[in-house]
Amino acid sequence: MLKKYLLPRLVQYVTVMLIGITMVFIIPRLLPSDPVEHQLSRMTAQGQYLDPAAVEDLRASLEELYGLKGGILQQYITYWKRLLTGNLGPSFAQFPTPVTQLIRTSLPWTIGLLLTSLLLSWLIGTTLGVVAVTYPNSVFAKVAAVLAMGIRPIPYYIMALVLLILFAFVFPIFPMAGGYSMGARMGFNARFIFSLLRHAFLPVTSMVVLEVGGWFLQMRNVASNVVEEEYVSYAEAMGLSRLKIMLHYITRNAIAPQITGLALNLGFVFGGALITEIAFSYPGMGYLLYSAILAGDYNLIMGINIFSIVGVSTAMLVIDLIYPLLDPRVRYQ
Amino acid sequence: MLRVIGELLRHDRRFLFGFSVLVIYLLIAAASLFCPYNTKAWNVVPRDLPPSWKYPLGTNSMGQDIMWKAMVAVKNSLLLSAIAAVISRVIAIILGLLSGYKGGLFDRVVMTFNDSFIIIPMFPVLILIASILRTSLNITVLGIMIGLFGWAWDARLFRSQILSLKEREFTKTAILSGMKTYRVIVTEHLPYVIPLIMAATINNVIWVIGMEVTLSLLGLSNLSTPTIGTMIYWASQYQAIFREMWNWILTPIALCVVLILGLYMLSTSISEYLDPRTRLQMIKEE
Repeated sequence: MLKKYLLPRLVQYVTVMLIGITMVFIIPRLLPSDPVEHQLSRMTAQGQYLDPAAVEDLRASLEELYGLKGGILQQYITYWKRLLTGNLGPSFAQFPTPVTQLIRTSLPWTIGLLLTSLLLSWLIGTTLGVVAVTYPNSVFAKVAAVLAMGIRPIPYYIMALVLLILFAFVFPIFPMAGGYSMGARMGFNARFIFSLLRHAFLPVTSMVVLEVGGWFLQMRNVASNVVEEEYVSYAEAMGLSRLKIMLHYITRNAIAPQITGLALNLGFVFGGALITEIAFSYPGMGYLLYSAILAGDYNLIMGINIFSIVGVSTAMLVIDLIYPLLDPRVRYQ
Repeated sequence: MLRVIGELLRHDRRFLFGFSVLVIYLLIAAASLFCPYNTKAWNVVPRDLPPSWKYPLGTNSMGQDIMWKAMVAVKNSLLLSAIAAVISRVIAIILGLLSGYKGGLFDRVVMTFNDSFIIIPMFPVLILIASILRTSLNITVLGIMIGLFGWAWDARLFRSQILSLKEREFTKTAILSGMKTYRVIVTEHLPYVIPLIMAATINNVIWVIGMEVTLSLLGLSNLSTPTIGTMIYWASQYQAIFREMWNWILTPIALCVVLILGLYMLSTSISEYLDPRTRLQMIKEE
């Protein structure tokens, strides 16, 4: 099992990081735009007067900062050296705050949003999928299928915008933006927690509503194949209760693709979380990314990219490592 | 091909819906060529008018006719999706088929690369590129850019289809009866792969439309070119929600949602058609 299951996954993990991080290194160097010149022209456009010597000085230090000194190979080595020491350079818009520090403050928000919505949508979708298979001719099964199909393909931003218009503007139940109310003091008190939940409600709902459909449909499809297996008919013949068959015979056997799906969808859902945060001005990494775009903070955008590649692939590896514990078929291979 | 479409139109209401939506949008795109205004120019009509006979969807705060602008936006968004879809199709088909037929080391290398592309969150990468290219982004460049990152899922899908076809009885029969590899691929396998490619392409277009909307809303596209995304961008820049100018903000949102729903219905209908059990059901119903 170790050789057949673990090794390929570890190789994949390292490859993903290598390809992803190298991609982030190469892309800006392939494109016909010089970040240093861009930065300099931004500064002069803002009306700062700089004498030529100072400009040269600034250019040299910017090149140093962006890791643009020397040949491409040398640049690549410096780039990795900096990454491995956890140094993503300073942010430009909020100089000299390090990019890592900015990411660290916004990370908990993103993880909270991502985990809550992923967990909720997975649980609800999977449960509903099993129920729909157990009662295939019920009104519920039909309505759920139509709803899942109709809502699932809508882009994250559009869904967020529609919820925002409906439940924050037309019916002002929830706040339009932010992670908690201005007045609430951060800490473990009822008022802060309430405001936290109230602000998180719409972003989480927006993501859950979009993702439930996918989990539901996948579970329904896999489980409806399991239902036709002989051991299910055997269990029925034994006179086991419907609930028992549903839980022990159908769910247990159909759950594996749901977990693999969790790992495969992570990158996509992460992107969705970033978009949702931007739409709700939720103070996570997505919002940080948005402020970086507005400020032209190229170093911060690079940092968020690297961080999301490392984060998503590590999370995937963790799911892959837990997987054999849940699926005995992999364990006894 | 035409027979398949006819059959689906008769039997599947979802296909009928999706197909009608697609035809209507193509007609809108065609009609937009007769647009009487320059949709990039501001203040060509009076500002902030509610819907009327002269301006069926009213006008916006930039002095533009919303209906005509939306029609041109549909054309541009479809054009952009077509560019992106064609590019990602070419990559996905070449890699998927080669990988599936060749197998061995080539397959393993390509698939490792492919899986990395599936895992890496593409949204921040696209933002990185778009924020560097910002000044030179137009529909073509944006289409190419999105297309270059949207092939990985489908390459894997096509490969797995080829792998299963390779193992089927009829492939072996064809090879044993002396058919050339090229002919086996074209006459025996292609009919199976084409509907799959169609369904995957439609799903890809859905993804591209969503990506265009998102990037435009972040201001990362050529904002003077009307697309579904830039229309929403300008409406929210002018606070159309707070000013309750629903004709301005909801027109592009509705256009986007209906288009995506129609395309999604088309693709699920085609993928279900690929499942032999569904086809059996159709025959039974006749």
